Amino acid sequence: MTSVARRLPTVLRPPQAQNIGGFDVEKLRRDFPILKQKIRGRRLVYLDNAATSQKPQAVIDAISHYYERDNSNVHRGVHYLSERATEEFENARQTVQRFINAASASEIIFTRGTTEGINLVAQTYGRTHVGPGDEILVTALEHHSNIVPWQLLRDEKGAKLRVAPVNDSGELLLEEFEKLLSPRTNIVAVTHISNAIGTVIPLRQIIEMAHRRNVPVLVDGAQAVPHLTVDVQALDCDFYTFSSHKLYGPTGMGVLYGKSALLDAMPPYQGGGDMISSVTFEKTTYNKLPYKFEAGTPHVAGAIGLGAAIDYVNALGIENLAAHEHDLLAYATEKVSALPGIRVIGTAKEKAAVLSFVLDGVHPHDVGTILDQEGIAIRTGHHCAQPVMQRFEVPATARASFALYNTREEVDVLVEGLQRVQEVFA
Amino acid sequence: MPDLRDLYQDVILEHSKAPRNFRELSAANHKAEGYNPLCGDHFTVYVDIDGDSIRDIGFQGSGCAISKASASMMTQILKGKSTAEAEQLFARFHKLVTGAPTANGDQTELGKLAVFSGVSEFPVRVKCATLAWHTLHAALEGKQQTVSTE
Ligand SMILES: Cc1ncc(COP(=O)(O)O)c(C=O)c1O
Repeated sequence: MTSVARRLPTVLRPPQAQNIGGFDVEKLRRDFPILKQKIRGRRLVYLDNAATSQKPQAVIDAISHYYERDNSNVHRGVHYLSERATEEFENARQTVQRFINAASASEIIFTRGTTEGINLVAQTYGRTHVGPGDEILVTALEHHSNIVPWQLLRDEKGAKLRVAPVNDSGELLLEEFEKLLSPRTNIVAVTHISNAIGTVIPLRQIIEMAHRRNVPVLVDGAQAVPHLTVDVQALDCDFYTFSSHKLYGPTGMGVLYGKSALLDAMPPYQGGGDMISSVTFEKTTYNKLPYKFEAGTPHVAGAIGLGAAIDYVNALGIENLAAHEHDLLAYATEKVSALPGIRVIGTAKEKAAVLSFVLDGVHPHDVGTILDQEGIAIRTGHHCAQPVMQRFEVPATARASFALYNTREEVDVLVEGLQRVQEVFA
Repeated sequence: MPDLRDLYQDVILEHSKAPRNFRELSAANHKAEGYNPLCGDHFTVYVDIDGDSIRDIGFQGSGCAISKASASMMTQILKGKSTAEAEQLFARFHKLVTGAPTANGDQTELGKLAVFSGVSEFPVRVKCATLAWHTLHAALEGKQQTVSTE
């Protein structure tokens, strides 16, 4: 628990025009030192939050506080600092547990990020459960990190990768998904929210469908955790993975949640220190959960930073963030769609915080360069989701993605920037 | 601060909208594909070489304004040049867009291509400007693999 997080307003003011979602955005912006700087002489308009979010002072302080006061290796020393570092580290695990409502802190495995969480499951659960001719089911919305680990497994095992399609709005076709669940399906791996086009998938139904056939479900929650309340027990998902850096926390840090019955039965991922309880040259006994999956010295500062980020988000209330971001998305969608010659890619009914679009006659890369001159940071390209680009028959898109500190004024700046792009290319 | 107009010069915008030699050459005896994974730009360059001279050259594909204009202007300047001259121009062009010191006479050799000098102010766009040239180089070397800027 950091004292800085406690300073945040827990009593929220009623919504007003300028502070939708019940919080004062201008005040919150001051929590993020990076936003104070000018880029190319202009106020930074940071709209690349789906790539990574900025960090509040509370997170930066928690990390430097750890290195200044508590730094020590965890789970090893009997000395005072090691005890304190271990306590902070394990507190962060409990913070994560409560945040996603896991049944036990031992189901929270610290990883480097979403990517490592998915690879971990593919290489342990996957390798012991997927055989020749078996099927892995994903959706057409996946990030490369929820495709490639399964392709590696498929190629090693002679298995098959099946892909559930989406409609022209970018919504998952549930009936098609259900049809693709076959007696050979051994695992379902789906993104909760598409990073490329913002679709929120009907996760509960997907999990129910899969569970009716006894197929476990891994959820890539990289884009979801910053924008909606995740309750892994209510969802009943088998694995849920996310990255700290998209949730206002540090990079190099992530979480894999797994149901303990599954985790217990899985072989370890990597071998090394911390993941064992005894080693002889003949035989090694593995440590209990979650340590069995945490070989080597963990990213202690990263875990503590993530804990501070969750405290920060909790103090604001994730539903308030969601309401604010939803307002921004609706406003931006309306404003951007009103410009001539612009097509929004991804118009699902359920969307979160991502606006992807293309401009007639202007390549997204040129859009990005011109906006950058105005101090506006957006992402252009395929967003590590090339199959999504192929589905919508575009080489790339421009993507604005929102976080708690973005404002309607920034959306207006974006729209002016897009008009400037159109002038240059007129 | 770099100026957008230095990058998006009228000539560049004009070529990007109406690229020259934007076609597949049926007579091509050299061809290569180039790909920039960062932004998905993807071009095929076709060359018809007679002895050591470039009799005809064309390209197809999709990309940003900079990469497309660069490909277009490259094909214009190279028609009738020798393959050695083409490689030499690539070296000079590369220096121009990366802001490396240029030798006397480089600018005159580059002719119209000098409009790409503004690219040196935008380091992330260097790969866009050079994609077609890298692809040409691969075509001249007779490489079959797709060249990548990464
Ligand atoms: C949906 C989705 N999945 C996975 C990832 C990979 O996350 P990381 O690079 O933090 O491991 C990302 C991040 O770009 C993402 O948006």
